[in-house]
Amino acid sequence: MSYFLEQVLNGLSYGLVLSLIAAGFAIVFTSTGVLNFAHGSIVLFGAYLVAVLHPTIGFWPALLVAMAGCALVGVAINALLVRHLADKNAGTAAILMLGVDIVLLTELTRRIGNKVLTLGAPWGASVVRFGDVSLPTGRVVAAGLTVVAFAALWYLFSRTDLGVGMRAAAADGPTASLMGIRLSRTAATGWALAGVLAAVAGVFLTSFPAPGVAPTVALSAFAAIPAWVLGGFDSVPGAVVGGLIIGLTSALVTGYESDLAGVVGTGFGEVAPYVVMIVVLLVRPSGLLGSKEAVRV
Amino acid sequence: MSELPRRIGGLVLVLVALALPLVLSDFWLQTGLFVMATAIGAVGLTLLVGVAGQLSLGHAAFAGIGAYVYTWSTGESTTTVSGAGLPPVVGLVLAAAVSALVGAAFSPVAGRLRGIYLGLATLGLVFIVRHLLVNLDQWTGGFTGRSVESFALGGFSFSNKDPDYLAVAGVEFEGLHRLWYLFLVLTLVGCWLAGNLRSGRTGRAWANVRDSETAAAAMGIGVARAKASVFVVSSAYAGVAGAMLALAYGRIAPDVFGLTASVDFLVMIVLGGLGSVGGAVVGALFVTALPLVLAEYSGSLPFLAAPGSGGLDPATTARMVYGLAIIAVLLFLRGGLAGAARRLRHRTSRTSPPSPAGPAPHDPISTDDVGRPAAVTPSRSKETTR
Repeated sequence: MSYFLEQVLNGLSYGLVLSLIAAGFAIVFTSTGVLNFAHGSIVLFGAYLVAVLHPTIGFWPALLVAMAGCALVGVAINALLVRHLADKNAGTAAILMLGVDIVLLTELTRRIGNKVLTLGAPWGASVVRFGDVSLPTGRVVAAGLTVVAFAALWYLFSRTDLGVGMRAAAADGPTASLMGIRLSRTAATGWALAGVLAAVAGVFLTSFPAPGVAPTVALSAFAAIPAWVLGGFDSVPGAVVGGLIIGLTSALVTGYESDLAGVVGTGFGEVAPYVVMIVVLLVRPSGLLGSKEAVRV
Repeated sequence: MSELPRRIGGLVLVLVALALPLVLSDFWLQTGLFVMATAIGAVGLTLLVGVAGQLSLGHAAFAGIGAYVYTWSTGESTTTVSGAGLPPVVGLVLAAAVSALVGAAFSPVAGRLRGIYLGLATLGLVFIVRHLLVNLDQWTGGFTGRSVESFALGGFSFSNKDPDYLAVAGVEFEGLHRLWYLFLVLTLVGCWLAGNLRSGRTGRAWANVRDSETAAAAMGIGVARAKASVFVVSSAYAGVAGAMLALAYGRIAPDVFGLTASVDFLVMIVLGGLGSVGGAVVGALFVTALPLVLAEYSGSLPFLAAPGSGGLDPATTARMVYGLAIIAVLLFLRGGLAGAARRLRHRTSRTSPPSPAGPAPHDPISTDDVGRPAAVTPSRSKETTR
């Protein structure tokens, strides 16, 4: 029973990290309509910045710099590339982001090389015990910070002019523009927010029990795509729900791998999120909390 | 643009391709085989993404299915892996058929989703197929893969044996030379079929679905059916491409058909110009040959470093170049290389003397492909409205 509880807590805390990334996908998608395939590389970039900077300026300042850096990269991608697409539609924008991803990831891979960089997080590899259930401290901190981050997001979107403006722009861009909301500003804010969330997620995705900062992190950030799709493409609360479900699924599948190996083979934990995603797309194409796309004739 | 110069140009290209094995070294022949194999895959993907407007990140999964179906059906059973021992031609047909069937099995998803949503669903396919390839090891050889039986047609083998010695014009034709002609035939047939599909009734239906699903449905096109059919056709192309890749490699492993390969296919068709068959082939040439050529000549290229040294090794440089190329094409070169070539032809055939090279001083969005404001010519031809 304690093993099961441990897997569940593990899955939920991992799911919260995934939901940070998934929320980044959702915010960029609602504010600019772009499927941001470079998000995984931005997550890696955040972790890389922390790994490189923490020996000189300490962990927390490094995290702040990484958040600013990732936000800046996002804003730059939007301002320099996405806005200047010769043929503006969701498909070409997605392919453009694949190109950006190739460039970013290749450069980061070249810089990291075969090394696994350490993060220098103050919690190191310590473990917190609740009775007979133990959980990595990093995961507990992640869960706490994620809750804070989503509370801040909720406040932004429901209580501030900027957040309400962003929601209006997402709901109906041209009308919002006529009401005096500057779409370029809401778009830039969206990309910056996604970058900040990516940096935070990057830190927790690479700290214990993960070995450290390595190029494969960009791929594990891809596991947030099923979480995003599951929650609904345009919903931040959906990203949280999706992240939790995906985190739980992959933790349980990995935790009980020896029992499942006869049925689904080894290493199914990495694949399970995508199976869930395809099933969800089949029965509920707009996700659990997403809004249905209306087609007007 | 009349048809005749195009046809003559195509004929010259084919003649050159026929003569190349007489002069090329083994390295270039091998590169050519990879280019032709990926070109077939790219042509299939350009029908799906370019003509029908459905994004797919799962193309490599279907190529993987094709490669393993071919390898399994033609291979002999050993103590570690099983094989059906069928004739290679049957294996090639099976590779296309099984890939197409899997594509059809995916059609409940493919028919309901569109554009980037389909792209996300197919992203899952890559991971699922890789998982299956690793785990079904009595058929696939597991993580380390298995070797591929060489192609043969009625006693004539496309390898270094059977006949042991074969020479044309004083050049010994070994396995690579023989495979070159097999691949050339497959590539030509594949391109010809794709060109016909694209310009025929089916292709026009696909393009209609891409431009507006509502309008297509109003004109009596079964939208879900059209989307499912283009998905099946592109899967079959990927299956053949996979079988060709298996023949070119001689040994296959699951990691060859990962997400990177899927993205590479997309890069090819975007560089070449979405929806253009010739563009897909040129894109495949660029994306496939660049890393191989850089690696081969890295000794004489001073800016390249040895792999793993942290400098710019050939693979890194190649990825960097085509990552930047794809961004540049999407920002500045509407319609990719094919679009640029079309604009150039239009300009040289309509204005004399031809204007100097370089982009026309017009806003690319509000003008059509010959540089006139779009508002003046509301009915742009189908081909140029990508």
